[in-house]
Amino acid sequence: MKIIVNGKEMQTNARTLAELVQSLGYAGDYFAVAQNMTAVPRLHYAETPLHENDDIEILTPMQGG
Amino acid sequence: MWQLGGKIFNSRLILGTSRYRSPHQLRRAIAQSGAEIVTVSLRRQASGDGSGFWGLLREINVTILPNTANCRSAKEAVMTAQMARDVFKTNWIKLETVGDELTLQPDPFALVEAAQILIKDGFEVFPYTTEDLVVAERLLAAGCKILMPWASPIGSGQGIVNPAALKTLRARMPEATLIVDAGIGLPSHAAHAMEMGYDGVMLNTAVALADDAPKMAEAFARAIEAGRLGYEAGLMLPRQFAEASTPTLGTPFHKESA
Repeated sequence: MKIIVNGKEMQTNARTLAELVQSLGYAGDYFAVAQNMTAVPRLHYAETPLHENDDIEILTPMQGG
Repeated sequence: MWQLGGKIFNSRLILGTSRYRSPHQLRRAIAQSGAEIVTVSLRRQASGDGSGFWGLLREINVTILPNTANCRSAKEAVMTAQMARDVFKTNWIKLETVGDELTLQPDPFALVEAAQILIKDGFEVFPYTTEDLVVAERLLAAGCKILMPWASPIGSGQGIVNPAALKTLRARMPEATLIVDAGIGLPSHAAHAMEMGYDGVMLNTAVALADDAPKMAEAFARAIEAGRLGYEAGLMLPRQFAEASTPTLGTPFHKESA
C-alpha cells in the first residue's frame, strides 16, 4: 500500500507500525512515531494497523537549543 | 542547590547541545561548566542509524530537557512533546511555538493552547515565551510553574533588550521559576539576568560557537553563580552623587575652620 513517511511517499507491505519501523531499519528505543499527527506510544506499535495513505512521522534525537 | 521541576540541581545553567564543532566539544563544555541539564530536539533522521547522538546523551548522564523547536502550531508542538516523552522517558518539555520567521518570536496563542493541553496530559511544561506579562500570566493560569522568557531573539547574542519588562515579570511572579532563555551573548548578560532574581539561564550559541567552547561554558557558569550570589546578598541601589567610602573622621592635613 501507499503511505507517506517523513513527508515522502512510499510503498510498503507492512501491516502494522511495528512491521513498518522494522522494515525501515529502525531498531532499539531511540525513535518515536506519529501516525496521522497523533503520537503512538512504543508499546502500541505492534497493535497499530497501517492504512492506505497513512501519514507517518518517525523522529530521532538530535542536537537542540 | 535549587529545585526545578521536582528535581534538585546545583548548577543554574541549562545548556543547549546544538552547533558545537564536534561531539567532543559538547561533552567537554558540559563537563567544564558543570551543567546538569541540556536541551535536545527530535528530528527526522537524515541518514545512518541515527543513534550516535542518543548514545552520547546516555553516556554523559545529564537531565534531558527536550524541546519542540520549529513547531508552527499547538498541534505540532503537542505531538512533538508526546513523541519526546516516548523517546526520552521524561515528562519535561521545553515548549516552543514559532510565530515569526525572522525573529523566531514565540506565537503566544499557540503557546498557551499547547501548554493547556500538555499540562492536562501530565507534562512539566517549560514554555519559551516573550517578556509579555499577560502571556506569562496565562501560562501560569494554564498550570505552568516554570517560564522561559527570552532575553532577545534566539542566536542573536543581543543580551537582555528589555530589562524593565523582565524585572516586572520577576516582581509579579515571585512564586514562578523564571529562566531567561535565548539571546544571551556574553557572560555578563547571564550575570545580569541572575542579578535580577532569575532562577536560571538557558543558552546555546554563545558557548557552542566560541573559539573555546568548554572555556566559555565555564565562564557562563561562573557568571551565573556570581549573579545569583549577588542577588542573594542584596544589591545596592545606585545613587546620584558620590558617597565617600573611606571614613572622613581623622582625614590628614585637615584644618578645622574657626
